[in-house]
Amino acid sequence: MNALSLRNLRKIYNNGLEALKGIDLDVEVGDFFALLGPNGAGKSTVIGIVSSLINATAGSVSVFGHDLKTDRNNAKSCIGLVPQEINFNQFDTVKNILLNQAGYYGTPKKLALQRTEHCLKQMDLWDKRNTVSRRLSGGMKRRVMIARAMVHNPRLLILDEPTAGVDIEIRRSMWQMMRDVNQQGTTIILTTHYLEEAESLCRNIAIIDQGRIVEHSDMASLLARLNVDHFVLDLSEPVASAPVIDGIHIERISDKTLDVAVPKKTGLNQLFNQLTAHNIKVASMKNKSNRLEQLFLDLIDSKTTGAK
Amino acid sequence: MNFSIALKTIITKEIYRFIRIWPQTLLPPAITTALYFLIFGKLIGDRIGTIHGASYMDYIVPGIILMSVISHSYANVVSSFYSTKFQRNIEELLVAPVPNWVILGGYVGGGIFRGLSVGVVVALISMLFADITISSPLIALVIMVMTATLFSLAGFINAVLAESFDDISIIPNFILTPLSYLGGVFYSVAMLPGIWQNISMGNPILYMINAFRYGMIGVTDIDIQLAFLMTAGFIAVLTFFSLFLLHRGTGIKQ
Repeated sequence: MNALSLRNLRKIYNNGLEALKGIDLDVEVGDFFALLGPNGAGKSTVIGIVSSLINATAGSVSVFGHDLKTDRNNAKSCIGLVPQEINFNQFDTVKNILLNQAGYYGTPKKLALQRTEHCLKQMDLWDKRNTVSRRLSGGMKRRVMIARAMVHNPRLLILDEPTAGVDIEIRRSMWQMMRDVNQQGTTIILTTHYLEEAESLCRNIAIIDQGRIVEHSDMASLLARLNVDHFVLDLSEPVASAPVIDGIHIERISDKTLDVAVPKKTGLNQLFNQLTAHNIKVASMKNKSNRLEQLFLDLIDSKTTGAK
Repeated sequence: MNFSIALKTIITKEIYRFIRIWPQTLLPPAITTALYFLIFGKLIGDRIGTIHGASYMDYIVPGIILMSVISHSYANVVSSFYSTKFQRNIEELLVAPVPNWVILGGYVGGGIFRGLSVGVVVALISMLFADITISSPLIALVIMVMTATLFSLAGFINAVLAESFDDISIIPNFILTPLSYLGGVFYSVAMLPGIWQNISMGNPILYMINAFRYGMIGVTDIDIQLAFLMTAGFIAVLTFFSLFLLHRGTGIKQ
């Protein structure tokens, strides 16, 4: 049994837009799963259908073996959703938002109070429990949405760009919270535009583009496909031009900065040997871009080109 | 699955909402109706005499109470559900395992409580101006609850179909208020010329006000059995239509 299974999921909106063109997808129990894709690819439509906010045109959704059409309430009980946009009642207190959500899931009051306290403490919001939610900072509002999604103890947590617009410190703390939740046994599906986030957190990944799944594999195998690493080198002394080295593409960015693309089979030792031979001393180096970002762009580009 | 907790949660949330903003929800009807009683009941009413044997003040009290119930039960649901839609916190309910009848029951329940609360406030104000002994409390209570139910349902449908805040004020301003005023709140339909009497008979609010007036002071222009049947019929039709809209996801799902 999978945490989530989608079969031939299709969606045609009233304006004729075919947002999903027959999606098949499986997410294993306990997984931390990334669902990525460019804007308008169909990610939010998938999440909307799974969380019952959008009606599917065709296909089936099964959550922990419960069909969303025929066993709707049991399927819904398994899901907690953190949507992209703030959608709680901004005039209500943090505590009431969670208590009401627990009530919608049929949680008795005493248990709802316990769960509310637990989730607010987990999200470091217990001190804010009596604060009217519109007075919270952006990061706190995001955490309220995560706490709200977890208050009924869901087995599948869907996070739709949960860290969008929050600063790096809060983002890092939210990553740790998500890891903790996943380690406690909750399956997580994450969509994000921060590919570093997906690479850091997720074990499996699907990439969706133009309403179709264009990649579905585990993160390690996907990253292993990357055959070139990009680095930015800061030099100790200025260079007049980029050195020419066989098999390695080097571009001079400034007097003391080089951009290098090193094939995996070449390796860094050979790069440094060649640079030393050219009398170039490297002071420091860093990855030019996130590895997953590179793959993501390659995949989307190749599929788009293929489609044309 | 036990849905009573979800139903109770929605109703409690709705009651808490209108009590929290009582200066907007409970105070205005108290002031407005006090003015109605003072101006129409006391100052003008003394010169009108009696209608069907009741003093003019006693005659208008039931109509004013029920008119307040109608407008506030409608206003509660239409504004609350539309705001929920507008702020997108309707998604909290759509994601959760809450059946459509619970969503409808919760919001309508909140509307009924608001309507009855305002009804009680207006009734208390009326006691300052009139000394009424309730003729048939059960009839008065049942028709008041049925009327609050009916107009809560109507407010719900308006909110579901509304696409802007303008859309939730059109029906109260241009349909509900005129029908209430023309529904025999301030006069007996028997006082109208022939053709206007017939036209008035097409106004459903006339039946509810008269049934409530019968319960309060034992005076009516119409057959109260017909009033109960008509109100029950409207409740049934609007309930099915509301559930149909929720099932389709009209206005709340893509």
